Amino acid sequence: MRLSVRHVTRYEYNPPAMRADLRLRLFPSRFDGQKVVNWSVTVNGDEVRPLFINAFGDEEAVWRTDREQSLIEIVAEGMVETTDAAGVMRGLRDFSRPAVFLRETKLTAPSREILELARASAAGNVLDTLHKLSQNVRNAVEYEQNTTHALTTATEALQNGKGVCQDHAHVFIAAARLADIPARYVAGYISAGYVGRQESHAWAEAYVPELGWVGFDPSNRQSPTDAYIRICSGLDAADAAPLRGWVSASVRETLAVEVDVAPSPQQAQQ
Amino acid sequence: MRASDGSIRSPYEQVAAWLEATGEANLRQRQSEAEALFRRLGITFSVYGEGGDPERLIPFDLIPRVFGAAEWRKLSRGVQQRARALNAFLYDVYHRGEIMRAGIVPESLVYQNEAYLPEMAGFDPPGRIYSHIVGVDIVRTNDTDFQVLEDNCRTPSGVSYMLENREIMMRMFPRLFAACAVDPIDEYPTMLKRTLQEVAPPACKGEPTVVLLTPGPLNSAYYEHSFLADLMGVELVESSDLFVNDGLVWMRTTRGPQRVDVIYRRIDDSYLDPLAFNPDSLLGVPGLFSVYRAGGVTLCSAPGSGIADDKAIYVFVPEMIRFYLGEQPILKNVQTWRCSLADERDHVLANLKDFVVKQVHGSGGYGMLIGPHATKKQISEFRTKILADPDAYIAQPTLELSSAPTVTADGIDARHVDFRPFCLVGKQVRLAPGGLTRVALTKGSLVVNSSQGGGVKDTWVLSE
Repeated sequence: MRLSVRHVTRYEYNPPAMRADLRLRLFPSRFDGQKVVNWSVTVNGDEVRPLFINAFGDEEAVWRTDREQSLIEIVAEGMVETTDAAGVMRGLRDFSRPAVFLRETKLTAPSREILELARASAAGNVLDTLHKLSQNVRNAVEYEQNTTHALTTATEALQNGKGVCQDHAHVFIAAARLADIPARYVAGYISAGYVGRQESHAWAEAYVPELGWVGFDPSNRQSPTDAYIRICSGLDAADAAPLRGWVSASVRETLAVEVDVAPSPQQAQQ
Repeated sequence: MRASDGSIRSPYEQVAAWLEATGEANLRQRQSEAEALFRRLGITFSVYGEGGDPERLIPFDLIPRVFGAAEWRKLSRGVQQRARALNAFLYDVYHRGEIMRAGIVPESLVYQNEAYLPEMAGFDPPGRIYSHIVGVDIVRTNDTDFQVLEDNCRTPSGVSYMLENREIMMRMFPRLFAACAVDPIDEYPTMLKRTLQEVAPPACKGEPTVVLLTPGPLNSAYYEHSFLADLMGVELVESSDLFVNDGLVWMRTTRGPQRVDVIYRRIDDSYLDPLAFNPDSLLGVPGLFSVYRAGGVTLCSAPGSGIADDKAIYVFVPEMIRFYLGEQPILKNVQTWRCSLADERDHVLANLKDFVVKQVHGSGGYGMLIGPHATKKQISEFRTKILADPDAYIAQPTLELSSAPTVTADGIDARHVDFRPFCLVGKQVRLAPGGLTRVALTKGSLVVNSSQGGGVKDTWVLSE
């Protein structure tokens, strides 16, 4: 499916920021199930090009200014051709070892409840276990916006019983790691008609020995399909942030994000 | 100074004769002159966490530590071998991970170790060198054997004392140097600069520009940072002097921005770049790691080098030497028990009073238990700590460290010493004939860390 994306992030600063440095991972991953037809990233109108491909296979860029800015607007847009591979990732040029993704992070630190969830999800093989885990995570954590925030941990989200895609992914990852299955956090977009389409979406990938990395999206109770665009990955949401900024001095920051993902018109006519 | 049979070891003959001729009263007089010189030159280091002014004068002992030419040859070959193996290990763990596939080092010990940076996977640093300055802590355990206590692959400090101690000794005892054939170490800054220039990044055109990046004057090793930058003739910079632009790193100068090719950084990984690591870092340069990975600048040492000197990995260094170099280790490891393994842990817990217990990720002599000198309370506290987090501890027997004559309040007396030579790894592997001898100034103590009341001595390597 051809998907067109327009992702706008606006940071407003009052008083203006004196200096800003950004690290951007806003480029669609390149692998067998995802081809980039065209893509551009701009910051305040400047085109930003990738500097290198990082250890996780993501393209990365940096942008900086030392002129006063009251607005920093980042626009990522373009068209991506996706195919449905039932969530199985093939052909991504990443260098990191699966065993790295057994690490525990602050956001994915395990609790007794997560351990119970992991135990309750054990099934005949790794793949079945992961599918069951994905369902169990979704059953345990209701999708409800504005109940959690960027720093909510997996443990807290499970205790709350409410959260968004980030929380689902964190609980899934924490539980998978407890079962000794490497799992990573994925940031991306999802097409209209699904949970999470208004913002950057997030899901998880887990390492299945015979298949490699396989995606699981507990929020939508499915593995990624051709309605998904994968951007970048990491140990947790903080590590996989598509955008990180370092902005000088004591400024008040407001953030607005808009994401619009739709099947492209040509596709719709077919 | 003396062999196990009590005789003067041959490299010490001249020093022993000099001590005899000088006499104790005279030596003590010269000792206070030396201290005055150090104070005048402002050679200090900082100790944290004890209150008061953290700036201290490091105690200097007049009587040099001496290595004969033959024993130095063995020692230096052993250190160079270790430095090569440690760099090969670093390349391996950030690429194919052969040593783990071979079942020699457990995967979890590397990939789940905080010192291992996943962000470094698949990156080729210039010359495949990660640790450009390897400091190896060594003790002599009998007349012929040396054992390695630990490796320092990140930013080993103390080399300024090696240079200063020599400087002071040469000023005070020129005739002694004329009589003894001591190899010079004053080439070290040139060797260091050459090493750093040899690992310039692919983006570098022409003569590489090297800078030394310091956290600033509040750091315990700031004196050393400024001293080394000065001797190498390179800029000493703090993070605010650097910025990233167009995929390169630039230094602010009075004549406008100047490109920087190689950064000898004396700040920790997590502070290097707030956009890649600790977001709260004010010491780092935003975007620096991205430029590094893109080949625009070289960081010395490479981020993630700490996995090679982690105390849990130390156990495997002799195996690394066999695995990567196909050689037999020249220097021995100290026998080390890993508390992560049930059998070894039980043995350690049953014999805590005989062991030195170290925290795997600790440094600077903090978080240690010296069994033979510990109180019952300290031992029981450590037992609780080990049981709570066994993976975090290793234990080593208390070694019969060699001792060296030292000027003390009670006359010349033996004090325990260790030794840290500094191995430079660029296109070539280089070692200056010397290093830092640390001495435990308290009678019977085995703790030589400057942060824990240790002192330093000049180290002599005699010419062939």
